[in-house]
Amino acid sequence: MHIGPQIVIKFDNGIFITNTVCFGIIVAVILIVLALWATRRMKKVPDGKQVIAEIVVEGVYNMVKATMGPKGINYAPYIGTLFFFVLFSNMLGLFGQRPVTADVNTTFALAAITFVLIQRQALKSYGLIGKMKEMAQPYPFMFPLKIIEQLSFPISLSFRLFGNILGGVIVIEMLLEGLATASEALHLPIPLLDAVIPLPANFFFDIFEPVLQAFIFTMLTMVFITMEIATRDEEH
Amino acid sequence: MSSQITPEALIYAFSALGAAVSIGFAALGIGIGQGLAASRAVEGVGRQPEAKGDLLQVMLVGQAVTETTGIFAFIVSIVLLFANPFA
Repeated sequence: MHIGPQIVIKFDNGIFITNTVCFGIIVAVILIVLALWATRRMKKVPDGKQVIAEIVVEGVYNMVKATMGPKGINYAPYIGTLFFFVLFSNMLGLFGQRPVTADVNTTFALAAITFVLIQRQALKSYGLIGKMKEMAQPYPFMFPLKIIEQLSFPISLSFRLFGNILGGVIVIEMLLEGLATASEALHLPIPLLDAVIPLPANFFFDIFEPVLQAFIFTMLTMVFITMEIATRDEEH
Repeated sequence: MSSQITPEALIYAFSALGAAVSIGFAALGIGIGQGLAASRAVEGVGRQPEAKGDLLQVMLVGQAVTETTGIFAFIVSIVLLFANPFA
C-alpha cells in the first residue's frame, strides 16, 4: 500500500513535483478567487455575498482580540489566512483527493513560519540580551531546557496535524479497499458497497477532524505568540 | 526441525510486534487522560448548563493537545510498517 504523496512531474536532474505542491497551489488559488469574488463592488451598507465576507472577517478579528489582547491585532490577517488554508487543505479528502497536509513537508513549513513569528515577537519585546536573560530565569542551568522547549514546539505542532490527517487517510483507504473486495466477492460488476456505507467515516475524518485540527493549530499559534508579547508593567 | 528463520523474517516479525505494542501502550495512556478531561467537563456542564458551549470548546482543545503523544506513537508505528529503516 502506497502511503506517501505521488510524484506528478519529474525533471531531468532529479527534481520532482508531488501532487501535494499541485493541490497546495490549487487551494491557494481557490482562496484568492473566493476572496476577490466576495468583495467585488463593495458598498458601504453590505448586502449579498459581502455580508458573509464581513461575518468571516469579524469572526477572525474577534477571536484574535479575545486571545491575543489588543496588542496582537496586527497578526489577525496571518491567523485568518492560516486557519482557512489549513481548513481547506485538510478537507480535500471530501473530493476524493489526498489532503495537502497529509505531507509532513507542508505542516513543517507552516510550523516553521510560526516559529519565526514567535522568535521575532520575542526579539521585538525583549531584545536579544533581554531574551537571553529571560531564558535564564529562575536558575541559569535551565537555559538548555528552555532552548529544547522552544525548539520542540514547532515539531510537535507539525506532527500533530500530520499524524491526525494521515491517520484519516489510511483508515478511509482501508475501508474503501475492504468494501471493494467485499463487492467483488458478491460478484457485483461495480463496487456498489462503496456507495453509502463509508459516509459516517467520511463525516468524521473529512469534516469534523479538519475543522478541529485547523482550530487547534491556529489557537496554539496565537497562544504562543501572545506569551512573547511583553506587558508594559515590567521594568524598562 | 527443517524450517529456519531467516534474518529478514526476524526483522519483519519484530517490526510488526513493535508497531503494535507502540500504539497499544499509547492508546492506554490517551484513553485515561482524555477520559479524565471529559469527566470534568461533563461535571461542569451538570453544575452550570449555560456554559455548555464554552466548556465544549475548551474540552476539545485540551483533548486534542493530549492526543499529541499518541500521534507520535502512531508515527513510529507507521514508519515501522511502511518505511522500515531496518529491512
